[in-house]
Amino acid sequence: MSKEKGLLSWLLTGDHKRIAMLYLISITFFFFIGGALAGLIRLELLTPQSDLMATDTYNKVFSMHGIIMIFFFLVPSVPATIGNFVIPIMVGAKDLALPKVNLLSWYLYVAAGILGLYAMMTGGVDTGWTFTTPLSTHYLNTNVVTTGLAIFIAGFSSIFTGLNFIVTIHKMRCPGMTWFRLPLFVWSNYAASILMVLGTPVLAITLVLVVLERVAGIGVFDPAKGGDPLLFQHLFWFYSHPAVYIMILPGMGVISETVSTFSRKRVFGYTAVAFSSVAIAVFGFFVWAHHMFIMGISNYSMLVFSLLTMLVAVPSAIKIFNWAFTLYKGSITFETPMLYSFGFMGLFTIGGLTGVFLASSGTDIHLTETYFIVAHFHFVMVGGMLMAFLAGVHFWWPKMTGRMYPEKISQLAALITFIGFNFTFFPQFILGTLGMPRRYATYPPEFQVLNVFSTAGATILGVGYLLPILYLTWSLKYGEIAGDNPWQATGLEWQIQSPPLTENFPSIPIMDHEAYDYEWLEGQKEKVASVG
Amino acid sequence: MSAPHDKDFESIEQHEHEHHIVSPRIYLTIVCVLLIMTGLTVAASYVEMGIFNPIVALAIAAFKMILVVLFFMHVKYSTKLTKLTVGAGVFTFLILVGMTLSDYWTRAWGRW
Amino acid sequence: MSDSQVVSNQVVVHGAAEGAHHEHLPYQRHHFETYAQQSDATNFAMWLFLLTEIMFFGGLFTAYLIYRNWYYPAFVEASHQLQIFWGTANTAVLITSSFTMAMGVWSAEMKKKGALVLCLVITFILGIVFLGIKTIEYSEKIEKHHVPGFHYSMQSFLNPQSDPEVYKEYKDKPLPYDMARHTEIYFFLYFAMTGMHALHMIIGIAILGFMIFRARAGAYTTGHVTFVENFGLYWHFVDIIWIYLFPLLYLISRHQ
Repeated sequence: MSKEKGLLSWLLTGDHKRIAMLYLISITFFFFIGGALAGLIRLELLTPQSDLMATDTYNKVFSMHGIIMIFFFLVPSVPATIGNFVIPIMVGAKDLALPKVNLLSWYLYVAAGILGLYAMMTGGVDTGWTFTTPLSTHYLNTNVVTTGLAIFIAGFSSIFTGLNFIVTIHKMRCPGMTWFRLPLFVWSNYAASILMVLGTPVLAITLVLVVLERVAGIGVFDPAKGGDPLLFQHLFWFYSHPAVYIMILPGMGVISETVSTFSRKRVFGYTAVAFSSVAIAVFGFFVWAHHMFIMGISNYSMLVFSLLTMLVAVPSAIKIFNWAFTLYKGSITFETPMLYSFGFMGLFTIGGLTGVFLASSGTDIHLTETYFIVAHFHFVMVGGMLMAFLAGVHFWWPKMTGRMYPEKISQLAALITFIGFNFTFFPQFILGTLGMPRRYATYPPEFQVLNVFSTAGATILGVGYLLPILYLTWSLKYGEIAGDNPWQATGLEWQIQSPPLTENFPSIPIMDHEAYDYEWLEGQKEKVASVG
Repeated sequence: MSAPHDKDFESIEQHEHEHHIVSPRIYLTIVCVLLIMTGLTVAASYVEMGIFNPIVALAIAAFKMILVVLFFMHVKYSTKLTKLTVGAGVFTFLILVGMTLSDYWTRAWGRW
Repeated sequence: MSDSQVVSNQVVVHGAAEGAHHEHLPYQRHHFETYAQQSDATNFAMWLFLLTEIMFFGGLFTAYLIYRNWYYPAFVEASHQLQIFWGTANTAVLITSSFTMAMGVWSAEMKKKGALVLCLVITFILGIVFLGIKTIEYSEKIEKHHVPGFHYSMQSFLNPQSDPEVYKEYKDKPLPYDMARHTEIYFFLYFAMTGMHALHMIIGIAILGFMIFRARAGAYTTGHVTFVENFGLYWHFVDIIWIYLFPLLYLISRHQ
């Protein structure tokens, strides 16, 4: 990384690696705020009554939890931190195509975050992260406008990151780097970037309309004034469904890398995985109304969207199969990134399967707005995406910092996370099928046992997330020096020093082998040994 | 990885802008057509055509858009990637409008 | 021995090839290998940005299409409040400004500084004219209390004869109260869509101002036309939005 010192050199940097680190610090900060809010939710739900906080306050807490976790943590997590750092190196370039736009993207994120925090501290928002109208436009007096603006700005941060990735991947691949020699991490982020660029603007205009409606007091989304609340929901979910793929695809990209490296085997069915990533992105645009099955859409729409939603599960399943087949007859080792990857594969599969239950509109009518949904998306987002993020952070930590994290304690943290996660969220599937509704501070007393289980699990989970902060920070000063390729992984980023030079490569490399070519790697080691 | 040679950068140079410069004559023709079509669309709005009024209006607008995209924005002379990009944008826009509207249009079909 | 040894061995060999290709033009950024790569990349980036704009306006068009379908009579009568003269004039102004902008790009490509500055200035002026006409139109709407949410008045629709200028042309029938209320949605969409469009025009005009200043200093006539070219794309896109807004808002139905 750049040798320049001083705060200003960081705040005015164009170096994608420094911007990645800036993002890492910022999103970790927001993760802990979102996590604290989650803690408050679980504390409140220890008892059936609303005794820890007023129901209105509870509404604010879960709304802010969702908003922060989705827009300020999950969406930028892998792309803006790991993606920013490794994608230029993976394609063999010196930086992203538009370094200044990259820096702007971070500043927009920070501005959005500050605005969001300000909205939170001056009264918060209690509409749920989904801002459903006309509740959000006419019936509440909380900081809808400020929060809406914060998300609007964060959206542009996301758009610029995605735009940058697409241009870089198309135009800055080094000689010999054909599309099918790219690491699958690049393919996944490419697919997610398409979603960012095409989907986020619709969220932007939707938020503008909500703000305008609050200001002008007319009824674009209010049925009492001739508007249609479903119009809001169509526009909102047109982005927010692809958003879940924006969140998960980069995580899947991480898993492709870790599963291959820690079974020392090329990813099974490279082409299928690559095309599945793009398929998820394309199909992801056709399914949004499955969030609206009970809202009054037509029967025809229910049929079409239900069918399409079942289809979109297929490419995700293909990827899981391919990772499983990568493991088969591989030379598996259990470093921390691999532990998190195993966690991902199991938990994402469960979460994904429950998604298929929800895709069926009949079942969905019973399960929607219950804790089944809450469990479903936490399995895919936390059991899936967050584990993938942690896998990625651990995997590329040596490359980014030049230091190894302490293996034993990190494996312990991974285990604690896995156990805590299952205790927290599995009971919620049961609660949902039994009928406990979501977004309520109170519940019938017969649900208390499972809720207590869930909160106990959440405490363990919290410990599991706290540990990495501690030991990763520790490792910056005291960790073992990593060397260029501690994992003996393929990929251009592992053929350069840790941390990399400012311009990544002393000279632009030529790519002359396929991705995940472990024989080539062995050949390189022999070559170096014979020269030395 | 081997050391880069001259020939490895050839592929980059091949993609160099053929940089086709569109002539002012073409621009002039296009702007005249656009202005004529504008007059046409105004005139058409005064004629009672039933269901065809919005169809004609949108068709004329689409035609004007295609002219601007192909000639003023140089897409006719651009790479396949540019054409694909424009197509992707239009496609996604049509999905948004089409699938949303399909919900509204089919509500009248009632419960089956 | 670490892998970085292999990398450093290449430095010497590459030096030869490097010299052959890296005659860095002053306006070439260092992370690009060639100028062609840079202009290709920035052009593609601009197109991607325009895609975001398509989707951004897309939400407004969706809303428009739904409500026009639901409240057609209200939309028809409300649209009669917009004057065809100004709308057509503005369309002609924008189309012409697209022409002058395209000519500006041509001038930059042909390295004709004077022509470029002239084209940019005319485009700038036409942009200002457009905004001026929009101001006239907006003030009229404000006067007649047709701004949603701010003392909105349905009088012209409940009783069209109270608005002699418009009534003379279109002889509209009075709308029932319910339908008349929905004219407010039409005007909300009118202001939202033309307002968002005007905002993009203002940003475009501001950048044009900056470009005129730089063009006079010769920044775009030395072979580095990317900025003008990419701005041209943005300007044409804003024109395309208006090409759709005009028939949708002004020309819903002008026949008796």
